[in-house]
Amino acid sequence: MNYLSDVGALTRKDLLLQLRARDTLPAMLLFVAAVFVVFHFSLPAGSSRLAASGLLWVAIVFTALLALGRAFVPEREQRTLDALVLAPCDRSAIWLAKSLATLAFLVAAEIVALPLFELFFHGLHGSTVAGVALADLGICAVGTFVGATAVVTRARELLLPLLFLPLAIPLIIGGVGASVVHGPGRYLGFLALYDLLFALLCWAAFEYVVVE
Amino acid sequence: MRRIPLPVLAAAALVLVTLALALVFFVVPNDADQGFSQRIFYFHVSIAFTAYLCFGAGAWKALRHLWKRDPRADLESYVAVHQGVIFGVLVLLTGSIWAKISWGHWWVWSENQLVLFLVLFLFYAAYFMLRFSVDPGPQRANISAVYALFGVVLVPVSFLAIRLSQSLIHPQVFTRHGPNFGGWILAAYIVSQVAVLVLAYTLYRVELAGKLLDLRLRELRLA
Repeated sequence: MNYLSDVGALTRKDLLLQLRARDTLPAMLLFVAAVFVVFHFSLPAGSSRLAASGLLWVAIVFTALLALGRAFVPEREQRTLDALVLAPCDRSAIWLAKSLATLAFLVAAEIVALPLFELFFHGLHGSTVAGVALADLGICAVGTFVGATAVVTRARELLLPLLFLPLAIPLIIGGVGASVVHGPGRYLGFLALYDLLFALLCWAAFEYVVVE
Repeated sequence: MRRIPLPVLAAAALVLVTLALALVFFVVPNDADQGFSQRIFYFHVSIAFTAYLCFGAGAWKALRHLWKRDPRADLESYVAVHQGVIFGVLVLLTGSIWAKISWGHWWVWSENQLVLFLVLFLFYAAYFMLRFSVDPGPQRANISAVYALFGVVLVPVSFLAIRLSQSLIHPQVFTRHGPNFGGWILAAYIVSQVAVLVLAYTLYRVELAGKLLDLRLRELRLA
């Protein structure tokens, strides 16, 4: 129970900070809308509907990168990461809370982005939504971990996409598969496996990334 | 455990690689299907296996660093991953050459192993950027170790994903059921495999020795 209340308090703090700053979510929404418009003009007329389904995943990953890049910025600017590490809670709680807060923003952005995609490209199925929901977990788990790593390096934001994209390729494959085939079960199962595997790994390894 | 001296290793690598080249080019018969170009496979497959082994060794040393706090494990893990990337690039090059000769294109997305190596190359290239973006010390060692461990999880997951995507995006047209594996062909493969492994281990030891010397020199300068 104690661990959960730690996670709850940390998640509340992250959500509150981001809501007060009011910059991440509007930026994500504008970004994803702009990306959809760019996609419309990048797809030549007459290209298949499947191509648009694939591009949805590009939009999701890049929008998530936007949120992930911001996730550790307040900690860095106000130098609160040291305080968090010193706090009497398990360090993995910091990762879990940050992942949950990022997930909340990503889901909020997708609640707008997915209907917008349907409006622009008409290709949204139930399996796509299920795939997006499962992929979100993996994106936030791995992305938060990578974000925490990138923030301790000299290169900072430069490194985040470089570290994140190779790790996200299996998610893209699973997500696109779930969006375009008729029996998406295998792909959804694969996404769930990815989430489980990498969430466990991140949860166990996070304490080695943040040291005082 | 006493280690084999480096000159002996280097000599063994030279002899084995020469023997493997001789077997592959002069002894093994031409492949019925693909002819002369199939011979690249003795090296392509051996190098790929060696690269996986290097990544595995890097992750194993990383685990030893995180778990037992073995002081040399960080450097050993880094060197193993470095060798893995070098051999991984060779896999991409040999695979490309083979693809060009077989299908007329330098890159084919239908070859699972090649695509996997491309993903791994991107991942481990980022590993180096990460490592050299943190000042030397316990934090760099920890972060590098965690990434090396991520790598060994990424290998099977990516492999599975790429296998899945094959059935989706590309029909499985090319299967690799070449000749029946036996006689000289098997012997040539085994010799090439051992030769590349010994070569990789020699390179690993050379690089490790150099890095340790460099470290020692730096310590002496500071002292």
